[in-house]
Amino acid sequence: MEHLIHTEEITKIYNPRKPDEMRALEGVSIQINRGEVVALKGPSGSGKTTLLSLIGCMGRPTSGRIVVEGRDVAKLPERFLTAIRRSTFGFIFQQFNLLRDVSVIDNVLLPLYPVDIDVPAMQQRADRLLDTLGIGAKRHLKVKQLSGGEQQRVAIARALINKPTVIIADEPTAHLDRQLATDLLAILEQLNREGKTIVIATHDPLVHEHPFITKTIGMRNGRIEGVVQR
Amino acid sequence: MRRHIKILEYALSSLVRRKYKNLAILLVYTFTIMLLASILFLTHALKQEASFLLLDAPDLVVQKMAAGRHDLIPVQYARAVEKIRGVKKASPRHWGYYYDALTRSNYTVLGIDTGMPGLHLVEGSLPSDKGQCAIGTGVAAVRSVGVGDELIIVDSHNTGTAYEITGTFSAQSNLLTYDLVVLTRGELMRFFGLPADRATDIAVEVHNEREVPTIAAKIRQVLPDTRPITKNEIIRTYDAVFNWRSGMMLVIFSSALIAFCILAWDKATGISAEEKREIGILKAIGWDTSDILELKFWEGAALSLTSFLLGSIAAYVHVFFFSASLLAPVIKGWSVLFPEFRLTPSIDFYQITVMGFLTVVPYIASTIVPSWKAAITDPESVMRT
Repeated sequence: MEHLIHTEEITKIYNPRKPDEMRALEGVSIQINRGEVVALKGPSGSGKTTLLSLIGCMGRPTSGRIVVEGRDVAKLPERFLTAIRRSTFGFIFQQFNLLRDVSVIDNVLLPLYPVDIDVPAMQQRADRLLDTLGIGAKRHLKVKQLSGGEQQRVAIARALINKPTVIIADEPTAHLDRQLATDLLAILEQLNREGKTIVIATHDPLVHEHPFITKTIGMRNGRIEGVVQR
Repeated sequence: MRRHIKILEYALSSLVRRKYKNLAILLVYTFTIMLLASILFLTHALKQEASFLLLDAPDLVVQKMAAGRHDLIPVQYARAVEKIRGVKKASPRHWGYYYDALTRSNYTVLGIDTGMPGLHLVEGSLPSDKGQCAIGTGVAAVRSVGVGDELIIVDSHNTGTAYEITGTFSAQSNLLTYDLVVLTRGELMRFFGLPADRATDIAVEVHNEREVPTIAAKIRQVLPDTRPITKNEIIRTYDAVFNWRSGMMLVIFSSALIAFCILAWDKATGISAEEKREIGILKAIGWDTSDILELKFWEGAALSLTSFLLGSIAAYVHVFFFSASLLAPVIKGWSVLFPEFRLTPSIDFYQITVMGFLTVVPYIASTIVPSWKAAITDPESVMRT
């Protein structure tokens, strides 16, 4: 398998040279291959979310290289990072990060607003996704009217609307009960079967012990503790 | 293009989503614009009225001065003025003011021989007999009379005199005729008890307008106890008075402006946590900084242009349909003695453009700047909320 993403000795320091300086990552090097399902495992504060955000081009490392589909993104200008984020990644956040007063369909369509694609095609794509995820009937409800599991599905639909290559999920089961968490993993497994590469930060054993995980990267105190390839 | 329309649609839906906050801003903003536009409309309309008034005014008016005050002028001065080279005609004018205790209004009473330039009767005819008069629509309204009715007013001997109303006036400018009562010249002189050899002032027409200042100087030389007033001097006085009053009004109004600026500044610096979170989410899911700025631009533009439009329309209605009831006493003067008159609608588009520039642009900027600050930060923060 080819490397889709790899990092070389990346370091991330928040508030450098200030009293509240915090070293979130220290010399982290990992490889993620196309089609893999990677679990970043570790306790709170181990650097999982920071690593996810850097891989997903949401921030820049203090030092080191991050290569996404052959491009070193660590020093790219903001607008290129946005373009990569838009075309390559779909994000599922721990808190869902949906707009609560906005309808389900509009939340799903949000990533497509600044894209030059016509509205009927946008709607069609969103409708198909919502139907696939079993929430098509609730497309016109506001997000705040949905249950936690339904909101999670809206977040997944939004992550998929741009047809991303990589899905990045940060603690996706943190706010779900066991049944909903199992349902979510089934959806992610299906997406992986359809060819998506998936990177999940989690400390939930249900996720990192799931059979569809192909690689587990253990983290502690901003460093890699170990990599287990299955 | 499609992309811009979609972002505009999203901006409008965002405004609706925060409807209570935006409605409050819209109301305050609209009211501020309405007050500002009302001052500008009213000042411009009054100046316009004044210029209409002076269209048919004589090139020069000569008044006699006594002890530093305007006095009745000897009629024979007109002949002296006519002898000055360049003067086409010098005519004594007889007019005065009448305070009507009944309606607590001041009327302008004018004496004429035959016609009167610049005035057009809407109904009836000019007075031709000492027992007749023609009146302005304001007088007709406050006295509830019309053509064929009687107007009873009290002369200088404290005797009530009844005049048959033969006509009511219309003019390009209401300011000119609204409070007017026209009598025959002889009757006016009797009414006010004017001596036969005296007039109120002398109207002078000249052959060449450019010679007016020279002729005025010559009149002062020939008749040193007179004061020649040129048409331009009157126009300048009107401008100065209305500009001064509108300036004073703007100073008073500045407290409202300051309140609005504080509101705008609060909005500018006080971007809410919810809005910051939304910007973070949008960036995280693929919106560029420029997309977010465009979104905020549309939000600011929609709100400020709507307020500007509503405020301007409200000001137009306030000034031209309700005679600027909130501001007129300040701009026109505090006297309650003059009859009300309706202004002729007249708008200076240059002023509107400047006002738009000074209100809409700062608001849009105050919307964009804090969003820009939030939008240039890495979207990573959204991962941690």
